[in-house]
Amino acid sequence: MAISNATLAGLTRTQLLEMHYMMALLRRFEEKSAEEYTRGKIGGFMHLYIGQEAVGVGSIATLRPEDKVLSSYREHGHAIAKGIEPGAVMAELFGKITGCSKGKGGSMHMWSNELGLLGGNAIVAAQLTIATGVALASQYQGEDSVTVCFFGDGAVDEGAFHESLNLASIWQLPVVYICENNQYSMGMAVQKAWAVDSLLPRAAAYNMPGEQVDGMDVIAVYEAVKRAVERARRGEGPSLLEIKTYRFRGHSMTDPAYYRTREEEQQWRTTRDPIGIFEKRLLEAEAATQAEFDENDARATQAAEDAADFAENSPNPTPEELYTDVMVDDSTALAYRYERK
Amino acid sequence: MRTITYRDALREAIREEMLRDERVFILGEDIAGYGGTYAVSKGLIEEFGEKRVRDTPLAEEIITGAAIGAALGGLRPILELMTINFSLLASDLIINSAAKFHYMFGGQPEVPLVIRTPGGGGAQRGAQHSQMLESLFAHIPGLKVVMPATPYDAKGMLKSAVRDPDPVLFIEHELLYNVKGEVPDEGVEYTVPLNRGEVKREGQHVTIITFSRMLHLTMQAAEDLAKEGIDAEVIDLRSIRPIDIDLLVDSVKKTNRVVIAEEGWKYYGTGQGLAALIYEFAFDYLDAPIQHVTGADVPMPYSKVLERAAMPNKSDIVNAARAIVPAALVRA
Repeated sequence: MAISNATLAGLTRTQLLEMHYMMALLRRFEEKSAEEYTRGKIGGFMHLYIGQEAVGVGSIATLRPEDKVLSSYREHGHAIAKGIEPGAVMAELFGKITGCSKGKGGSMHMWSNELGLLGGNAIVAAQLTIATGVALASQYQGEDSVTVCFFGDGAVDEGAFHESLNLASIWQLPVVYICENNQYSMGMAVQKAWAVDSLLPRAAAYNMPGEQVDGMDVIAVYEAVKRAVERARRGEGPSLLEIKTYRFRGHSMTDPAYYRTREEEQQWRTTRDPIGIFEKRLLEAEAATQAEFDENDARATQAAEDAADFAENSPNPTPEELYTDVMVDDSTALAYRYERK
Repeated sequence: MRTITYRDALREAIREEMLRDERVFILGEDIAGYGGTYAVSKGLIEEFGEKRVRDTPLAEEIITGAAIGAALGGLRPILELMTINFSLLASDLIINSAAKFHYMFGGQPEVPLVIRTPGGGGAQRGAQHSQMLESLFAHIPGLKVVMPATPYDAKGMLKSAVRDPDPVLFIEHELLYNVKGEVPDEGVEYTVPLNRGEVKREGQHVTIITFSRMLHLTMQAAEDLAKEGIDAEVIDLRSIRPIDIDLLVDSVKKTNRVVIAEEGWKYYGTGQGLAALIYEFAFDYLDAPIQHVTGADVPMPYSKVLERAAMPNKSDIVNAARAIVPAALVRA
């Protein structure tokens, strides 16, 4: 098949293929994570991003390196898309010292100062309040960086969601709130939890632009987030996006998803897979070939393998790490003075 | 030295830190136009403007989260929570985020945040506006919790808190704002550390450990005890977390007797925590059981008569000391 110079959403072929690779990487990484969890290499709660790849990849592709991303506990994908090495993310899952949080955070608590990935929050909607403050710091210091905050549809039910949008709006903060509406907060269907059937009236209530986006179409995500990010960067204030998606697995590794039908899941997986939709679109635009997709997928599979090998072969934290980093100056930590043996 | 109020000492600390460091700003409910519920920030809006003196909506969760985010973003926020009773609405952000981020994220983020908030009773404000809740927060690793009792310590410790790289809960007392004390002239630089108590009165027979407003009642009680020949040593904790155990142990080694005097409730609180530490680290030096003066174990009543009965007073402290200092010791 001939490759045209056609672009989608102003993205070059190289950029489009990079986005495809990143989506494949997140998919293969999560499949590997699930495998390692089953092998007992990963503990605790683990929430996979499979099915939602277009949201994280399409959104983060719009950002500059200095822009900040905050997320929920379902953040492996955001961490990798923001630039954290898959090995450092997998090592965090393994609880190793080479993990991006030194093995002290785990699946739900990834961080990188350097790359602007500011957590990994396991208290639903807390990240909205903190992201609002990070955006305030940018505005206060006269920077034009933007803060993007990801959260699920469950976070909308928390008071913190409403308080955050209100403050960001009255102070016109450079923040983009992205609701990844995957239809269920754990097992609670969004139709039963929300008094309104979309976030558009909520955006209107806080006097900011709102948009509903097909979260299975990475290009649609990219275009919508780009509009919101550029608006924030121009100093015109916050936006709220409702990006509709679907998680192909349960809420966490231990969730058999009894609250929805197998038919529903199968329908999404076979007809609404974001990677398949993107590939179809690229082929139709003659912007890429199946061989390129296959090569990306092979590279992604290898990267996930390499990440697991890196994690497996990394050392555990030393016992000294237990009492390290409680306070910035650990000499002022109680444990340091009275508990440490 | 001048004599100024606790309120003015706090305002001077905020003002001097804002002049010293552009990153320092204050936010909270009614701190700008209103001047602060207890008038601590009065006049600062005129001097520093809306960017650095920020009135917020009445929403403790977001203003605390926003202050944490601003600290993560490189600023030095001083957040005023109108009273510590409202800190419960912010407690998720304080406990689950501010206290944990540095550790949970492998030592990368720093949260140089100060939360100022008054607690305590004695002004007939009823059950939901009269609590001492410091022990809830002092229980949490990753936080600093300080409760200065004098204008000198208030100013010096607030300046230290602003410069500290960790989150500090700075607990004031509604009845301390008008208390006066000696403070160096404005512009004369000094700080008070966040991890050290202080012996406010030296004595031989009994150590009375206290903090916040109760320091002033304890100093009066010590004067009364002196008239009876009981020589009390008074220790002002100043910091609840970290706790200056060395100072306490050294004093116990000298006096062999301890009274803990606090305004809050008895069970599972600051005083019981202190007692446990003293039993753990200084048991062999104790000649008598630790005495514990506290508020009554009830929600604070409104009635003036009942409120007075619910709060510990000077004679409670005097009686507690008398109970463990033998007459023979006093005669000697």
